[in-house]
Amino acid sequence: MLMYVVRRILQAVPVVLGTTFLIYFMVFAMPGDPILAMFGDKTPNPAVYEALQQQYHLDQPFLVQYALYMKDLFSGDLGTTFSGQSVADVLARTFPVTLKLAAMAISLEFVLSVVVGLVSGLRKGKLFDNVMLVVGLILLSVPIFVLCFVAQYFVAIKWGWASPTVGADTSVGNMWLPAVVLALSLFTTGMRLMRGTVIDTRSRDFVRTAYAKGLPGRRVIPVHVLRNSLIPVVTNSAANFGVLMVGATVTEGIFNIPGVGNTLYQAIIRGEGPTVVSFVTVMVLAYVVINILVDLLYAILDPRIRYA
Amino acid sequence: MPKPEHFVAPFDENEMAEVDKVKLNEKPSNLWRDAWRSLRTRPLFYLSLAAVLVIVLMALFPTLFTHVSPTDDCQLANSNGGPAAGHPMGFTRQGCDVYARVVWGARTSLTVGVLATVISGVIGIITGALAGFYGGWVDSVLSRIGDIFFSIPYILAAVVIMTTLADYRSVWTLAFAIGGFAWASLARILRSEILRVKSGDFVMASIATGRTRFKTLLSHVLPNSMTPVIVYLTISLGGAIVAEATLSFLGVGLGPSVMSWGNDISAAQSSLRTAPMTLIWPSIFLTVTVLAFITLGELVRDALDPKARARG
Repeated sequence: MLMYVVRRILQAVPVVLGTTFLIYFMVFAMPGDPILAMFGDKTPNPAVYEALQQQYHLDQPFLVQYALYMKDLFSGDLGTTFSGQSVADVLARTFPVTLKLAAMAISLEFVLSVVVGLVSGLRKGKLFDNVMLVVGLILLSVPIFVLCFVAQYFVAIKWGWASPTVGADTSVGNMWLPAVVLALSLFTTGMRLMRGTVIDTRSRDFVRTAYAKGLPGRRVIPVHVLRNSLIPVVTNSAANFGVLMVGATVTEGIFNIPGVGNTLYQAIIRGEGPTVVSFVTVMVLAYVVINILVDLLYAILDPRIRYA
Repeated sequence: MPKPEHFVAPFDENEMAEVDKVKLNEKPSNLWRDAWRSLRTRPLFYLSLAAVLVIVLMALFPTLFTHVSPTDDCQLANSNGGPAAGHPMGFTRQGCDVYARVVWGARTSLTVGVLATVISGVIGIITGALAGFYGGWVDSVLSRIGDIFFSIPYILAAVVIMTTLADYRSVWTLAFAIGGFAWASLARILRSEILRVKSGDFVMASIATGRTRFKTLLSHVLPNSMTPVIVYLTISLGGAIVAEATLSFLGVGLGPSVMSWGNDISAAQSSLRTAPMTLIWPSIFLTVTVLAFITLGELVRDALDPKARARG
């Protein structure tokens, strides 16, 4: 197991270097003045301009710039936002909200995927299965912002079951609607994974043996089929949890949830280039780390992975 | 005793019926003909194909669908107005005809979607084919580059590119921002398919008859590995359309002067309470388009995959 962990982390080193370099390259090696470009039509305040030039070491050659930037990044200086707060501070403030939202959404997504996937897999080709396949296809195709607006309009505004935006009150009761939206947007992949695994597990020899020795379905299904079908869905949900922790940018933005994603959303909407770049870099790094953790989780749950 | 028609048992007597069935008078079967035989029984296939055709027609010839101009016939007096004669979907906040804007918006979505898919297709096919066929250091280098692109969520990358290129926003930059980061999964899929195909005897035969390895790759290996690529590209066309709409919605797509479903949805969100249909109509068109491409791709995939067919 230790070997696997070491190998997996070593594999990530070039990816981390590559992704940061790529983002840095996209921003700072483009033709023209990168700082002016980040501000779009607006002209930055000369003081801001100078500070940014200093922060990104633009007076140095490109590779030196990148090296200095990486040094800053790994010594904990993640950059500053437009209004001068450090990105690390903003992350510390917004992260708990995002974590809560992600936990709510993923619990729901997991339960829905497992239950629907199990029933669909056991009744393959029947009415419920076919209906759920179509529902899944639709949920897979609806862009997340459309899903957000539909939920906001019908559930919150028209029927009044939830508040249309979340704002400062980030209690579970106030955030259930965006959590449901996120869960639905992730539902199809999990459900299909579960359905496929259940169909596969059900035809295994050990399940046939269990039936053959006279066990009733109410024991075979939960103990033999369900438990042996869970690993892919668990890892899928863990990966999704990682993605959501990095921030559900659009959903948090539309529902005005003060989380990580919303900060990026606001920065994009207002055209605050420097904030966008700092945030995206941190998010991509977090995403890489989370992918490693998910792979490790997979290896813990399924010994076949780590011995392969 | 009459002469038997088949030299095997009648096919309804055992479970291997499909295997044993000998159809002497039919054309020889191949993967695509089998796929077509299973596709043509699926009503969903015709439905999604029809939707795709309508959207393509809309993008090519918008005037077939509406004679109202989406930009010139706007009157503020009609702002957020409901459906009226000749304006079945009502008016936007600026008093423009929603139906006309939705029809004209198809062109943007489809252009950016197709361009982005072509770009990611070209990059993905080249890297995937070279990595899979040549192996060795070529594979290591290309696969590591692919890993890097694979670990950047492509919406985030496109946001960064479009923010940086704020002054150069065009259909091309947008398509490059989306397609330039979406190719890594395709390269992975093609790479593993080529690894499978290249061990075939016909590949060795081709090299033995004196074709160079590169020509063998082009004329034998690649054509035999295209099935998953075509399926993936169909599905990812839907994804590219979503990406365009999302970026336009976030205000980092094409400028607000361009007619695009994402722009229209973004502009309508401030009137969600009073005029929800202004937002819902472009959303419906967007969703149906994406749904049609994804359904089409998945149906073709199921039809091409004999294992999936056996599972039912």
